[in-house]
Amino acid sequence: MKMTGAQILIQGLLDQGADTIFGYPGGQVLPIYDALYDANIRHILTRHEQGAVHAADGYARASGKVGVCLATSGPGATNLVTGIANAYMDSVPMVAITGQVPVGLLGRDSFQEADITGITMPVTKHNYIVKNIDELAITLKEAFHIASTGRPGPVLVDIPSDVSAGAMDYDDPGPINLPGYRPVLEGTEEQLNKATAAIMAAERPVLYIGGGVVSAGAHEELKKMAELLVAPVTTTLMGLGGFPGDHPLYLGMLGMHGSKYANYAVCECDLLIAVGARFSNRVTGKISEFAPEATIIHIDVDPAEIGKNVRVNIPIVGDVKIVLNQLLPRLAAKLPGAWKDKISQWKKEYPISFKENGNLKPQQVISEIYNVTGGAARIATEVGQHQMWAAHYYTYTRPRSFISSGGLGTMGYGLPASLGVQVACPEETVFNIAGDGSIQMNIQELATAVNYELPVNIAVLNNGFLGMVRQWQELFYNHRYSYTELSNPDFVKVAEAYGASGVRVTGKSELRPALEEAVRNSKPVMLDFVVEREENVYPMVAPGAPLNKIIG
Amino acid sequence: MRHTLAVLVENNPGVLARVAGLFSRRGFNIDSLAVGRTERPDVSRMTIVVEGDDRVLEQVSKQLHKLVDVIKISDITPEEYVDRELVLIKVHCEAVHRGEIMQVADVFRARIVDLGRKTITVECTGNDGKINAFEEALRPYGIKELVRTGKIAMMRGTRFTSVSGVRDED
Amino acid sequence: MEMTVAQALIRCLELEEVDIIFGYPGGAILPVYDALCKAASIKHVLVRHEQGAVHAADAYSRATGKVGVIMATSGPGATNLVTGIANAYMDSVPLVLITGQVPTSQVGTDAFQEVDITGITMPITKHNYLVKDAKKLPSIIKSAFHIASTGRPGPVLIDLPKDVASETIKFTYPEKVSLRGYKPTYTGHPAKVKEAAKLMMNSQRPVIYAGGGVLNSGAAGELLQLAETLTAPVTNTFMGLSGFPGEHPLFLGMLGLHGTRYANLAVTNCDLLIALGARFDDRVTGRLAAFAPNAGVVHVDIDPAEIGKNVQVHVPIVGDVKQVLQAILAHLKKKDRTGWLEQIQQWKKEYPLTYGSGGEKMKPQAVIEAIYRHTRGEAVVTTDVGQHQMWVAQYYRFKYPGTLISSGGLGTMGFGLPAAVGAQIGLPDRLVMLITGDGSVQMNIQELATLVEQKLPIKIFIMNNNCLGLVRQLQEFYCERRYIATEFGFVPDFARLAGAYGIAGYDIETLEQLDKMLPEIISNPGAAIVNCRVDASENVSPMVMAGQGIDEAIDC
Repeated sequence: MKMTGAQILIQGLLDQGADTIFGYPGGQVLPIYDALYDANIRHILTRHEQGAVHAADGYARASGKVGVCLATSGPGATNLVTGIANAYMDSVPMVAITGQVPVGLLGRDSFQEADITGITMPVTKHNYIVKNIDELAITLKEAFHIASTGRPGPVLVDIPSDVSAGAMDYDDPGPINLPGYRPVLEGTEEQLNKATAAIMAAERPVLYIGGGVVSAGAHEELKKMAELLVAPVTTTLMGLGGFPGDHPLYLGMLGMHGSKYANYAVCECDLLIAVGARFSNRVTGKISEFAPEATIIHIDVDPAEIGKNVRVNIPIVGDVKIVLNQLLPRLAAKLPGAWKDKISQWKKEYPISFKENGNLKPQQVISEIYNVTGGAARIATEVGQHQMWAAHYYTYTRPRSFISSGGLGTMGYGLPASLGVQVACPEETVFNIAGDGSIQMNIQELATAVNYELPVNIAVLNNGFLGMVRQWQELFYNHRYSYTELSNPDFVKVAEAYGASGVRVTGKSELRPALEEAVRNSKPVMLDFVVEREENVYPMVAPGAPLNKIIG
Repeated sequence: MRHTLAVLVENNPGVLARVAGLFSRRGFNIDSLAVGRTERPDVSRMTIVVEGDDRVLEQVSKQLHKLVDVIKISDITPEEYVDRELVLIKVHCEAVHRGEIMQVADVFRARIVDLGRKTITVECTGNDGKINAFEEALRPYGIKELVRTGKIAMMRGTRFTSVSGVRDED
Repeated sequence: MEMTVAQALIRCLELEEVDIIFGYPGGAILPVYDALCKAASIKHVLVRHEQGAVHAADAYSRATGKVGVIMATSGPGATNLVTGIANAYMDSVPLVLITGQVPTSQVGTDAFQEVDITGITMPITKHNYLVKDAKKLPSIIKSAFHIASTGRPGPVLIDLPKDVASETIKFTYPEKVSLRGYKPTYTGHPAKVKEAAKLMMNSQRPVIYAGGGVLNSGAAGELLQLAETLTAPVTNTFMGLSGFPGEHPLFLGMLGLHGTRYANLAVTNCDLLIALGARFDDRVTGRLAAFAPNAGVVHVDIDPAEIGKNVQVHVPIVGDVKQVLQAILAHLKKKDRTGWLEQIQQWKKEYPLTYGSGGEKMKPQAVIEAIYRHTRGEAVVTTDVGQHQMWVAQYYRFKYPGTLISSGGLGTMGFGLPAAVGAQIGLPDRLVMLITGDGSVQMNIQELATLVEQKLPIKIFIMNNNCLGLVRQLQEFYCERRYIATEFGFVPDFARLAGAYGIAGYDIETLEQLDKMLPEIISNPGAAIVNCRVDASENVSPMVMAGQGIDEAIDC
C-alpha cells in the first residue's frame, strides 16, 4: 500500500500501542500533523515544547507505557532537551519525534535547523535521524523497543520533512535486529546462589530500593521478600511508592534528606540489598563511609550501574522483577529479632518532625493533602524544598503515585508532568505540589490544563524564596542570600486569568476546607499557600558528609 | 574524488568529538580518520580521508577551520606524499595451506605475528591499494577477523606540515 | 592576589566590563553566586526560567553591542539554556555563558543535576570549555570573551565544576589572547576589493543584499554611503532589517519567502548582487537555480565558511563588512542611474505590499502600521516568531540600526518577551516594545515577573488571533485547510493576566480604539499588555511556496 512517511510513522505509533501524543506543531512537522488529522491518536497541544516532553514523561511514569512527544525542528527540538535529559536520568521510557529540515538542506544552517541528534547524544538512550523513507518503519519499531526494554530511557527520532512527506509502498518492517543491544534480564545461577547465601547469613539486612522496582513492576515481589526476611526497606526518592509507605518495615527515604532511622540502618546494616537503585551521590553521602559494615548485593538491569559509585560484593545483572522471582523460592522465612527492635527504637526516637508556631507550615500543607486525599492521590512535584516535604509528609502506598524529577532535578517538571498523569489517569485525583519558584517555570501549561479540562490541583508552597538554594546559603554561605528572594505574581489572579480557580490560604484553619473544595472541584485549581518563609528541610546530611552526620 | 587532509589540532579532551560531530552534522563523508600524537605533546594530528568534489572539500576545510581547537589543515592530495595503513588479518588456515599463505604474505612483505591451531595472523603495512590487494589475496582462505588503522600520511622531501602551515626545511 | 576561582571569575567579568548578568542560581553554581553578591559593580537580573536569561542576554547584546553574560546552575539549569544558545549561534550573537557543574570527582557518574553540557552544546556554540584546572580560569574567561565577540560573533559556554570554583588561585589576568587555531580575517584582500569595485562600477542593474553582518560590524553608515554612491537599491534579509533606513527611496524592503515582490523581482533581474554580511539562507533564496540567475555575485562576509556554502560567488571577500566597505568605497565614484531605478519604481507601484480591508475584525497589518505611526519609527521593537514577526518586517519601517531585535535563524517562539527585558535593561531610556502573537507570548510568559521586578516600562502588543497563525497558514496552503493543533482551544485572558502581575492590561477590538489608546499606552511610565484581537483569517502575503523561485510568489 502506498503511504507517506508521516502515515508510516502514525501506523508505527499505533502498532506500538501509542494512543496519546503531547506536542507542538511547526513547519517541518506539518506532514506528520496532517497525518495525525486522520489518525485515532489523541494529541495534546501544550504551550511550550518543554511542557510536552514533561507531560509525556509524567504520562509514562503514571501509566507504565512509553510516553510520546512531537515537536518541530530547531527551537521545537531544542526546547525538548531538558525534558529528554530529565527522562534519561530517571530512566523513563519515551520516544521523542522531531521534525527536521529536508535532507537537501541539512548541514547548511537552514531556517530552524538544529543538529538535534548531535545535541541529544549525551542525554538519550539512542537517537536516529531518518534520511531515507525505507528506514522509517523499522526505526520507529527499534525506538520503542529500546525505549521500553532493559533500563528504559528516551529515544529521539529526527525526521526530515521530505521524508515524512515522501511516499512508498508500505510493508510491515519485520523483526528488529540490534546486535549491539541485548539487555540481560535473568540473573545467573552462580550470582543468585551467592546472594542467597549472603541473605540467609545476614543478621542486619536492609533493602535499599530505587526507581527500578517501580519501573519493573516488582513491588509485589519486593514486599514478599521484605516480609519473608523481616528486612526493613528504605527507598530513594525515585523508589517512593515501590514499597507501601504505611508498612511497619518501611524506613522512609534515605540519603541527604532521608529519615534518621533509614540512614542509621544503612550505616549499621551487615547486608545491603540494592534493588534497582544506583547509589547516587544524593543517597550515599560520603562514599567511603557508606554502609561500611555491609556486604552489598546490587540487582540492576543496567550492568554499567554496578560498581560505578560503590564497591559491590554480589552483583546481579537482570530485570528486577525477574531476579526477585528467581531469588524468592530460594529464601526461607526469618523471624523478627534484635535488628527489628533496634530499628523500632530509632523510629520512636527520631521521627521526622517540624516545629509548629502560629504560621502556616509547609509540612502541614503536605500532611493535610495526605489526610484529605486519604493517600489515594497521584502526586507530581517540582524540585526544591516542597519536593522533599512531599517525600516526607505524604505516605505513598502504591507504585507510580509519586512522580518527581529525581536525577536531573528539573524545576518546572511538576505542572506539565501532572497534566500527563491526569491524562493517563483521568478518574484519579492528581496534585502538583510546587514551590513559588518552580511553578513559574512552566506556568504557561495552565492554559493546557484548562484547554483539556484536566482538573489537576496545584498546591504552591509560596515562601517568596528559591527555598532550597536559600537553605544552602543559610547553612553553608553564612546567610548570604544571593539572588534567591523572589517577587511573585498574584497566583490567585494568574489562575483566574487562565480560567482556573485560584484560592489563597494563609492560615491553618483554612487549610482543610480549601483542599476539600479543590478535590471536589472538577476544574484545575491553583492553591496559593502562603507559608513560613525560612523553613528548612530536615533532617539533612551535608553534601560529602557520611549518612550518620545529620543536621536537624 | 578522495582527499587526504592533514589536520593539526590542540591536544585537548573532546577534540575528536568536535571534529566527528562536525562531519556528521554537516553531512560530510569520512572515508577514514586516524589520530595520534605528534612531535609536540600539545598537538595531535588527524589524517582524514574525505570523499567529495572541490566544493565539498572547500566547505570541509572552512568548517573545520571554525573549530577553535583546529590549528592547521593541509590538503596534501596534490602533493607528493607517503601514506601508510596497518592491517591485521586473521586467516583460516589448515596445516596444508600454511606454506601458501606464508608465501602470499611474503609477496606483500607482510609479517606473520601469530599462529593458532587453525588460524594464522598477519600484519601488513602499505598504502590503500596494497592493503586492498593483500586482503583480496587472502580472502579465498577465509578471513576470520580483519582490522585496519585508517590511513596516516606525510609529505615527501623537505616540505613538512607544522602549526604555522606547510613549510620548507630552510 | 590569592582568591577563590569564583571570586576570580567575578573579577574577570569586572575586567571585561560586564555590568549585567542574567541568571538563575542553583546548587552547583552557589560558590559563584556567593562571590557575585559581593560584587558591587555587577547587577544581576534574576529571571524566572533559564531560557529567559539567555534570550534576555542575547537581546541585551544586540541592543548594546556588548557581550551578553548568563549564569545558570548545572543539569536542568544548563539544559534550559540550550534553545537560547542555539538561537544566538544561528544569529551570530556574542554571549558568554557560565554554568555550574557537579564537582570534578562526580563528573561522569550521573550525579544529581549532572549533565554533559559541553557535549550537548558542541553543535551550537562557537566554542566551549569545561574548566578542570583552576589556574586556567582567567585565561579561559579572557579567551571566551575574545572568541564570542570577534570574527563572526557567537555564544561561548564555560562549564565550571563546583569544587574548582571553590579552589584558591593566585589571580592574574592575561593581557592578550593567543589562540593558534582562531585568527579571524578583518581586512578584505586588496585585489578582491578592487575587483569588486570594478564590477560595481560596471554594473547596470546592481542590488545590494544586506544581512545581519552589517549590523554586527556597525556598517550601517557605510552601507548607506555605498547605496547612495552606486545609486543601488538595497534589500534586507530579516536579520538585516534596520541596517538601512526603512523610508529611504532606495530601500526595497525584505526579500525572500515573505519578501516584497519588488525586492524579489529586483534580485531576480539584477546583473550584480552585492551580498553584505548575509548567508544565502534557504528562506532568502527560494529555489537556488532561480535565485539571481543572471547576476555576478560579490559576497563580503567575515566567516569564510559562508562564502560559497549555498551559491556560487564570483568575488568572495573575507573580512569585516565595515572595513571592507570602507576599502571598496575608496575605489568608487558617484554613479547615477535611471533605467534600473525606474524599473524598480514601476515594480513598487505595481506590486505594493497590501492586505484586505474586508471583515469586521481588526487587521493585524493595520495594527503594526498604527504602532509605526504612533512611534514614528523611534521604538526598539522586539518580536516573537510567526505571522506577527513577518508583518513587523513588512509594515514597520526601521529608522536606526539595531532597533529590530528578533530571532531569525532558529525562529524561536518565546524569544520576544525575555528579549524585550534584555533590550530595555540595555537601553533604559528608549521606548521598547514587544510585538508578539498569542502562541509565542505564552512560551516564556513567566518573564512578566522579571519585567515587573526590574520595573521595566515595556509595551507588549499581542496580535491575538487565537491560533498559531503561521502554521495555520501553511496548513491552509499545503494541507488543504485540514487545521490540526493550530487553533487554541483556550487562550488566557491576557489583560487580566497583566493585572495578576501588577501591570496595565488593555483589550483592543478596533483600529479606532487602538488609535485612541496608543498615545496613552506609549506615554504611560509603566509596562502594558495590549491584547489586540485581530482577524484570524489574515495571511502573510506574498509567499513563495516551497521549491519555487522568489519571483514566483503568490498572494495569500
